[in-house]
Amino acid sequence: MEPKIEISSLRVKYGSKEALKGLSFQIMKNEILGIIGPAQSGKTTLLKVVNRTIEHVPGVELNGMVSIDGVDIFKMRDVHALRRRVGMVAPLPVGLPLSIYENVAFAPRTGGMNNKAKLDVIVERCLTQAALWDEVKDRLHTLGTKLSGGQQQRLTIARALSHNPEILCLDEFSIAIDPVTTMRIEEVLKELRSSMTIILVTNLVQQARRLADRTAFILNGELVELAETNLLFSDQAVDQRTKDYVGGIFG
Amino acid sequence: MHPFQETIHSKSRQRKETYIKGLFCCMTIAIIIPLILIIGYMLHEASPVLSADFLLKAPERGMKAGGIWPALLGTIYLVMMSLIVAAPIGVMAAIYLNEYAGDNWLTRTVNLAVINLAGVPSIVHALFGLGAFVLFAGMGKSILAASLTLAVMTLPVIITSTKESLAAVPMAFREACWNVGATKWQTIRRVVIPNSISGMLTGFILEVSRAAGETAPIMFTGAVFYKAVEEGNLFAYNLTDQCMALSMHLFTISTQVPGVPEAIPFATAIVLLGTVLVINAFSIAFRIYLRSRKRW
Repeated sequence: MEPKIEISSLRVKYGSKEALKGLSFQIMKNEILGIIGPAQSGKTTLLKVVNRTIEHVPGVELNGMVSIDGVDIFKMRDVHALRRRVGMVAPLPVGLPLSIYENVAFAPRTGGMNNKAKLDVIVERCLTQAALWDEVKDRLHTLGTKLSGGQQQRLTIARALSHNPEILCLDEFSIAIDPVTTMRIEEVLKELRSSMTIILVTNLVQQARRLADRTAFILNGELVELAETNLLFSDQAVDQRTKDYVGGIFG
Repeated sequence: MHPFQETIHSKSRQRKETYIKGLFCCMTIAIIIPLILIIGYMLHEASPVLSADFLLKAPERGMKAGGIWPALLGTIYLVMMSLIVAAPIGVMAAIYLNEYAGDNWLTRTVNLAVINLAGVPSIVHALFGLGAFVLFAGMGKSILAASLTLAVMTLPVIITSTKESLAAVPMAFREACWNVGATKWQTIRRVVIPNSISGMLTGFILEVSRAAGETAPIMFTGAVFYKAVEEGNLFAYNLTDQCMALSMHLFTISTQVPGVPEAIPFATAIVLLGTVLVINAFSIAFRIYLRSRKRW
């Protein structure tokens, strides 16, 4: 196993508030890394660092290093190219105010692709992967924002896959989706693992347990423990706080 | 007691609700009534002279008869020119301030300056226009100088309303676009602007109304008491010409010229109102069209 993403002593400050207090760990190629931890512990911030959208937050201060395939992402000239290598799914569904088709075609189009036939293929592939194709294939040109919350979330996932990312970041993707759809997407994620590296931030401890190869527990901007998922969820977890959290004693 | 039975409290709440609704409704009627009265009264007073000839003929016998063509055309020129200048500058400045500029003391100062500029009396803008465009830039008293003065005066209105409409587009849309690698400009062009255009049009409507109605800024910079132009020719003015304007014409015939028949100032006012409405009708129609397909 070779590392896909290396994070070393990453610190993020919003003004005087420190969101990440020196994280260091590696994310392996083609693994699903689960990240668990209570609210406000810096999970979302970490994802925003990986695709550098953190730079759009006013007053943010970054320290440390993050590299993808050995290249420091903060030294990459073309931040937009970096973001196309990273698929990002936000916790709340965001259907862009465009048609369903254009929602998925948006990323390839901004990347400069205008070939209708190729776009058709991408749209169908991504909507299928996001378990949405069957429901919307007859109304691709209606507004994406008119879909239900769960459908919009799958649309968001389809959009995140549309630019062929090497890394897929999911930030609590299932809070707006029903359990059956969640299961279907979880199956998709297991398949996607062969072609990409997946970071799965989740509030559902059991979801990490089902999906993740390794799981990291983050608390108050610090990495408490990172281990094989079945180790972390067993008695062999090293840190007492981890045991308490996965055991449901706090958090 | 039955759980859904009315209590004293629930009855008084309902009564209050009725009163409050009635009060707000009365206030709404109270603002419509004067509008109807004003327009009705003006139309009634203006009816003897209001005709196509009045629109398309030049004034005769020292403003005491004839039409208002040169003033009507002058106002159209001034308004359109000022809109052509102010709209792109205002929209681009607003996009920069809202989408690109960081939140620091400099942008806060600029925002404050824009708001204050909107409060500067029009006569001050007139003096600025006289100094900057007529004298310094050497445009002389002309349609060009007058419409640039109007543009400067109305810029803050356009900037403010555009900025507000941009800010109303949810941040989540922008983040979703950035997440897939869209540049700021791609995000603005494909998602932000299409969803804020109706607010920008509101700004244009305000611009047109204000530019058409102001007298002071054009008095020093390009508008004249009388100017003969070819009747019925839409291209009768050159940009370097001085021109007549409805607002100024209304002012002169009601205060400076003795013996003007009552109906003429009223008819002029109706035409001024109508001109603003017609120019605005385009953006209003476009705005209704956009609202009908509001996207979220």
